[in-house]
Amino acid sequence: MSALYDVPGPRARRRTLIGTVLAVVVLLAIAAVVIQRLAAQGQFSAEKWGPLIDPTDEAMPQVWALLIGLGLRNTLMAAALAVVASLVLGTLIAVTRLVSAPSYRWLVVGVVELLRGLPVVVLIFFAARALPEIGVELPNVSRETNTLFYLVIGLTLYNMVIIGEIIRAGVNSLPRGQAEAASAIGLTRWQGLRMILLPQAFRTMLPALISQLVVILKDTALGFIISYPELLREAQIIVQTTRNPLQMYFVVAVIFIILNYSLGKLAEYVERRLSRARKAPATPAAPVPVGAGQATAGG
Amino acid sequence: MDVLVEHAGLYWWGVLTTLQISLYSGVGALVLGTIMAGCRVSPVPPLRALGAGWVTCFRNTPLSVVLFMIAFGLPEIAINAPFFWFGVVGLALYTSAFVCEALRSGINSVSTGQAEAARSIGLTFGQTLGEVVLPQAFRTVVPPLGNVFIAMIKNSAIVGAVGVGGDLYSAGVQLTGSLGEAAIPVLIGVALGYLVLTIPAGLLLGYLERKVAIAR
Repeated sequence: MSALYDVPGPRARRRTLIGTVLAVVVLLAIAAVVIQRLAAQGQFSAEKWGPLIDPTDEAMPQVWALLIGLGLRNTLMAAALAVVASLVLGTLIAVTRLVSAPSYRWLVVGVVELLRGLPVVVLIFFAARALPEIGVELPNVSRETNTLFYLVIGLTLYNMVIIGEIIRAGVNSLPRGQAEAASAIGLTRWQGLRMILLPQAFRTMLPALISQLVVILKDTALGFIISYPELLREAQIIVQTTRNPLQMYFVVAVIFIILNYSLGKLAEYVERRLSRARKAPATPAAPVPVGAGQATAGG
Repeated sequence: MDVLVEHAGLYWWGVLTTLQISLYSGVGALVLGTIMAGCRVSPVPPLRALGAGWVTCFRNTPLSVVLFMIAFGLPEIAINAPFFWFGVVGLALYTSAFVCEALRSGINSVSTGQAEAARSIGLTFGQTLGEVVLPQAFRTVVPPLGNVFIAMIKNSAIVGAVGVGGDLYSAGVQLTGSLGEAAIPVLIGVALGYLVLTIPAGLLLGYLERKVAIAR
C-alpha cells in the first residue's frame, strides 16, 4: 500500500466500492466500443486470424515456422551474442574507468558519454553503413550473417557502456573496507578488483544486469532497419502475403511481452533472494538503482 | 567533412523535426503517464489493474513493434492520420509507461509516516496529497523522469526509422542512401545533432537535481 491512504473505514470502503463499479462500467464501455469498431472492420474474421491461430488453415504451419523457427531464433541469437559481448566489454570499460590514471580517464569517460548520448538505432544503422565502407566485413559469409554481425556491433556499442556503468556503480557501492583489505594483504589494484571487488559487484548488480537484458532483447527488434531477419522483420514479410498487420504485430507484441515479463520477474526474484541473503551486516553504502537501466534506455 | 556544410540545412531540419516529435510525445507521455500513475496508486482495484497492465504491456514491447501496430494497424480499422502523428502517438504511449513508473516510485518513496502525520493533524486527502506527499515525491522523481525524457529524445530516432521521415536519423539515411554520401562524415553530423539535444538536456537535469535535492 502506498503512503497515501489510511486503513479504510466503512465510508472509505463504500466509496471504493462505488469507484470500482464506476471504473468497471467505464472500462467495459471503452472495451465494447473498441471491440465493436474492430468487428465492424472485420478484424475478427477467420481470414485475418486463420494464418495465426487456426490449425486447419494451410498457411499456419508456415507462418509459425517463419515467426518462431526463423524470426524468434534469430532475435534470441542476436540478443545472446550482444549480451555476451556487452558483458565482456562492459566489464573492461568499468575496470579501465576504475583503475586508469586521471591523465587518460577523460578519454574513457568521453567515449562512454558519447555512446550513451546516441540512439541505439543510429549506432545499428551506421554500423551497417560505415563498417563495410572501411572494409570491416566478415568474409565468405552470407549477407544475412553480415547483418547479424552489424546488429550485434550496434547493440554492443550501446549496451556495453551502460553495463560498464552498472558494474562501476556496483564496485563503488561496496564498502571501502573491501578495497582496503585487498591492498592490505598485498594485492595490486587490478588483483583486488579481479578477486575481491568484481565478483561482489556482479552479485549486487545482478538484478540491474538482468533488467538490461530486457533492453537488449527489445532493441533486437530494430534489426528490421538493416533487414536482419529477426521476429519483427519476419512478421513484416509475412504480412505482405497474409494482409493482417494488426493481428500479426499484435502476436509479435505478445511474444515480446511474455519473454520480457518473464525476464523482469526473474530480476525481481533474484533481487529478493539477494536482499534476503545479505539481510544482516554490510548493506551497500548507496542504494542500488535496480531497473534504472530499464527505465532510462531501450527502444 | 564537406557534407556537414553542404547539407547543413538537412541536418538543421532534422534537429528541429526530432525536437518537434520529442516535444509533442513528451507532453502526451507526461499527461498519459500521470493519469496511469494516478490509477496505479488509487484505492480502486480495477484502476490499479489498468495501470499495472498498461505498464507491463508498453514497457515490455519494443517501441518498433508499438509503432508498427499503430502505423500499419490503425489504417486497417479506418483510422487514418499523417504518419507523423502515428509516430508521435506511438512514442507517447510507449514513454507513458516509463513516466508512470517513475512517478509511482516517487510517490512510494515518501515514507508512510509523512502521510500519517498529515492526516493526524487533520489535513484532508487533497491537502495531504498536495501539501505533503507530492512536493516530496516531485524531488525524488526529477532524476528518473529526466532520464526517461532523455531516452525519449533518442527513441524518436526509431519513429524516424519506421517511416516518419525528416528527423535527424532519417536525414542520415537519406544522405548515405539516395544522396550517396560517405557514411562516416554523415554519422559524425548525426551524432553531433543528437548530442546537441541530449547533452544540454543532461546538464539541465543535473542542475535541476542539485536544485531540488534534499538530504534525507
